Amino acid sequence: MSQFRGRRILAGALILVAAAALAGCGSKTSDEKSTAGVSADVSGDTVKVGLLNSLSGTMAISEVTVRDSIMLAVEEINAAGGVLGKKIVPVGEDGASDWPTFAEKAEKLISQDRVAAVFGCWTSASRKAVKPVFEKNKALLFYPVQYEGLEQSPYIFYTGATTNQQIVPGLDYLKAQGKKSVYLVGSDYVFPRTANKIIKAYAAANGMTVLGEDYAPLGSTEFGTIVNKVRSSRADAVFNTLNGDSNVAFFKEYTSAGLTAASMPVVSVSIAEEEVKGIGTQYLKDQLTAWNYYQTTPGAANQKFVAAYKAKYGADKPTSDPMEAAYVAVYLWKAMVDKAGTFEVEKVRAASGGITYDAPEGLVTVDGPTQHIAKTARIGKVGADGLITEVWNSGKPITPDPYLKSYPWASGLS
Amino acid sequence: MTVLFGQLFTGVSIGAVLLLIALGLALTFGQMNVINMAHGEFIMAGAYTTYVLQQTVTTAGWSLLVALPVAFAVAGAMGVLLEVLLIRRLYARPLDTLLVTWGVSLMLQQLARDVFGSPNVQTRAPALLTGNIALPGGLTVANNRLFILALALAAVLALTLALRLTPLGRRIRAVVQNRDLAAVSGIPTARVDRTTFFIGSGLAGVAGVALTLLGPIGPTMGTNLIIDAFLVVVVGGIGQLKGSVIVAFALGVLQATGEYLTTLSVAKVIVFVAIVAFLQWRPQGLFTLRTRSLA
Repeated sequence: MSQFRGRRILAGALILVAAAALAGCGSKTSDEKSTAGVSADVSGDTVKVGLLNSLSGTMAISEVTVRDSIMLAVEEINAAGGVLGKKIVPVGEDGASDWPTFAEKAEKLISQDRVAAVFGCWTSASRKAVKPVFEKNKALLFYPVQYEGLEQSPYIFYTGATTNQQIVPGLDYLKAQGKKSVYLVGSDYVFPRTANKIIKAYAAANGMTVLGEDYAPLGSTEFGTIVNKVRSSRADAVFNTLNGDSNVAFFKEYTSAGLTAASMPVVSVSIAEEEVKGIGTQYLKDQLTAWNYYQTTPGAANQKFVAAYKAKYGADKPTSDPMEAAYVAVYLWKAMVDKAGTFEVEKVRAASGGITYDAPEGLVTVDGPTQHIAKTARIGKVGADGLITEVWNSGKPITPDPYLKSYPWASGLS
Repeated sequence: MTVLFGQLFTGVSIGAVLLLIALGLALTFGQMNVINMAHGEFIMAGAYTTYVLQQTVTTAGWSLLVALPVAFAVAGAMGVLLEVLLIRRLYARPLDTLLVTWGVSLMLQQLARDVFGSPNVQTRAPALLTGNIALPGGLTVANNRLFILALALAAVLALTLALRLTPLGRRIRAVVQNRDLAAVSGIPTARVDRTTFFIGSGLAGVAGVALTLLGPIGPTMGTNLIIDAFLVVVVGGIGQLKGSVIVAFALGVLQATGEYLTTLSVAKVIVFVAIVAFLQWRPQGLFTLRTRSLA
């Protein structure tokens, strides 16, 4: 009898445990739902946006300027009445040049601060780190830097160039100049390696030869051998995907080896106005860059942007492509929200296609399916004053094609 | 042939850069057993000195010449300050010195960021040093590399002569060979240590001036170089300059050859493997100083 009662107690206990577990499960699923559907806090007369850039560490050099231009756009929009009548309150976080930190801070901005959108990230590594966070929470990221393509997340808007808006036009330009052979020099990480894969596919299909390919670890500053190899290859041009400090050492070595823009031009895709200042015009004179925007780009919109930036941050501060793309990102988000009439992410996304904006770089259009931006490619030449002047442009905005589907030679990639 | 010569010259000039940086370390690490992680920041101080001087002395050539002694003094003074404030108290605790000087190096980097901003700054090189000399047979020799090679050799020569011939050099050698006996003989070892530190750090400043001709001038420029320089001193053997000289050039040529035949990353691996193998065979380094001290 007592044994029997014992069993009943045990059974009762088991049921309780099971019930508790079920309840636990239940509360867990409802938790997940609430984070997945976490919506921006727009109850008051303000709306928060997240600013996620590295303010410390090795990437701070570049990312601080992006933060500055986002702040400029936010202030301008607020001065003009805000978005849907609400003032924008920027919430800044420091990604600290560390990719897990980026993911952590993104989660914080979305779940705790309940921001309506996040602007930021620079390196592809940081973007890849935060991508799952934005996808899980169904929140929006505006990414303002040119990158290696082959990506399309429903919760990221890419306002920098993808490969067919920067690298491919750069190669087209070299081809048009009659350059038949190139040497590839890049930093050793995902962007240069992917970019060079694309360049090699392009070269094979367009009768160009790639005479050599060399990678230096990020931060490497000894380029004696690489420049020696480049020089003895007698290539018609060099395609440079080096990043950061390495560019300084590379161009100093290049110049002292007697190579010039006239004898062997270098096309760079990571040197903007700010980097020119750090390398020295003495070493960069007349070398080429491929971007979508320069400080010297003509047009009233750019004059206004440059004047506003210099007034706020100092007359000696140049404006550059990623800064401009970040500035444009804020205005594009405002236009999307205005069109959607709400801050709700899905409705903002649905409203995004076809939105145009008269940006400093010229007219840009949001491409709905890819969430990239149609923009004009511009090849520039570094002048003695450290500014870059345009020598060629694509004439009209190029429709973004992150997977290069419209280029037959690229079918083997991705 | 052209390429081969070019590579040989590249290797020698990599060696010259390593040597310039390692000379100061050979003094402070080699002779006093102080692992000074802030040595790289003294290089940075030298480079920024060049930058600051160029704001006042506007001729690029003159500013570089003036920068050499000034950078030596600035970096040397920083070294003495570090020695007096921190390192002197930690002579018996090498591991603590390493941690403390690493902390100092981070603080100096941040200081540079606050003063000069985090983007790199640029200096203009004199026109004479941006070109190259064409030798018969299509060979070229970059002037800036040649200048650095000459500077490194001059520094070695000056240091060797100073150690051999001057009273100060005699005292330094005495302290290196047997600190206690030197002290007993009336040599003020603390003051000798400080002077050694001044010279060692000053040489880092000179290296900084030279590096403005080759690479970026920014807050983190020193950290890239410091490990390679330590390797030179360790492999070269402690307490001897000639070991550092030979090893610096050997590593430079090995690096350049490896890089030419493979890639930069693989060349680094080759160099490290060679160093590990060498130290298995001769843990004390290429040359050792025979002393009667027990330590």
